[in-house]
Amino acid sequence: MSKTYYSDEHEWIAVDGDNATIGITNYAQEQLGDVVFVELPDVGKSLSKGDEAAVVESVKAASEVYAAVSGEVTEVNGAVEEEPGKVNEDPENEGWFFKLKLSDSSELDALMDEAAYKKFIEGLD
Amino acid sequence: MSPYGGRAHCHEGSDVTDTKEDLARTPLHALHLELGGRMVPFAGYDMPVQYPDGIMTEHLHCRSAAGLFDVSHMGQVRVKGPDVRRAVETLLPADLVNSEEGRMHYSFLLNDKGGILDDLMATPFSDHVFMVLNAACKQSDIAHLKAGLPADCEVVEENDKALLALQGPEAAAVLSELAPEVATMSFMTMRDLEIAGVPCRISRSGYTGEDGYEISVPGDQAEAFARKLLADQRVKPIGLGARDSLRLEAGLCLYGHDIDETTTPIEAALTWAIAKSRRADGGFPGDSIILKQIAEKTPRRRVGLIGEGRAPVREGAELVNAAGDVVGTVTSGSYGPSAEAPVAMGYLPRELSEPGTEIKAVVRGRERPMKVAKMPFVERRYYRG
Repeated sequence: MSKTYYSDEHEWIAVDGDNATIGITNYAQEQLGDVVFVELPDVGKSLSKGDEAAVVESVKAASEVYAAVSGEVTEVNGAVEEEPGKVNEDPENEGWFFKLKLSDSSELDALMDEAAYKKFIEGLD
Repeated sequence: MSPYGGRAHCHEGSDVTDTKEDLARTPLHALHLELGGRMVPFAGYDMPVQYPDGIMTEHLHCRSAAGLFDVSHMGQVRVKGPDVRRAVETLLPADLVNSEEGRMHYSFLLNDKGGILDDLMATPFSDHVFMVLNAACKQSDIAHLKAGLPADCEVVEENDKALLALQGPEAAAVLSELAPEVATMSFMTMRDLEIAGVPCRISRSGYTGEDGYEISVPGDQAEAFARKLLADQRVKPIGLGARDSLRLEAGLCLYGHDIDETTTPIEAALTWAIAKSRRADGGFPGDSIILKQIAEKTPRRRVGLIGEGRAPVREGAELVNAAGDVVGTVTSGSYGPSAEAPVAMGYLPRELSEPGTEIKAVVRGRERPMKVAKMPFVERRYYRG
């Protein structure tokens, strides 16, 4: 049974046991515009919370994706490297970025649930 | 993830510290808001970086139909006075004295070292020279003109005018429905013309590589005029984001990025804009340096670069040779929506400036292969009659 968390940096983190799948939210892809390039971390890389994990680029700018939680990269989504447009089309499903083996699941406590994130982005507009 | 982050590419000048309240507004500001423009500070103005369609769609629309741009932040200046053409020629390397009226000249204000203070369009008319200046430079340009011209010359800023650009393969068809005369205007010519009851100064020119027009209109009639153009289904509003990607693909320089006070027109591969008739005697700032550079060429040169793969290579990226030495820098770069590849401009040593030369750009610590490429990156489609 998985549960999805959200960060104030507009990432979603779907957690199942100590495995987490991470991507950017629909709000984030709307703000970015058409994604033309995604750079993903190497499998096996150890990320600490706050580390730069990936880069997502639109025509206009490059934006860093930071690790919202710590862990080791177990898998990356080659499909979004091949077809960056997937991030716009289906950001919270097929457009996932990478998977982590969590090293400290207590870090999840600092993240938001869906209702809290919705409120958070309403406050931004 | 910071969706607003990254480096903004159309920032000019010192707008970073501007607060919303300090920003100037063009006569089309309310229309931008109504159209859903995402407003950003640019050269002291609150300007639309994009509309809801987004930069990619706007860019492609301009290349396939027609796009309307608000460029009212740019400076529009009339220089008047006795023998005004000759007077202006002392400050820039164009041939105005022998020019037909209404012929546009791409030129530059220069410092004594031949460095570019601003690039501009200068167009001689019967009793004045009309200039269009970059927004971020316009105040310093006007001061430079006033200081450099004889006391009996007058520099009049047309603050009451808006400037619109209609660009794209359908631009001529759209605009000639309102004024048939525009269809046969030649590229780089300008004239005064009433369009739909509005007194306009119109040129066949632009900053996208496409056919199109720039139209100076009275500020108080600008919104109605823009609405008239937007009522045509072929026309969509285009923001500064796509303006930047369009000009980059067209190989056109952005002042403050690809050219500045530390680059000469010769280094910038803009030698074509030094009028042939001005090359013998000079008579403009920095002439001895510029004429020497034309004769001897320069150690570095502005080039176009195309990347392999998809990773955009942006302003500031270092360029390294096969030995791993840093040999140059990227001055503009992005993913080209029409070129369908990363495209960039930068400066390289002359021996590495031939098209086809392989070079690497360092992006976040990784070397990305690029090739020196001829510009424009997409075919220009100007109307030459």
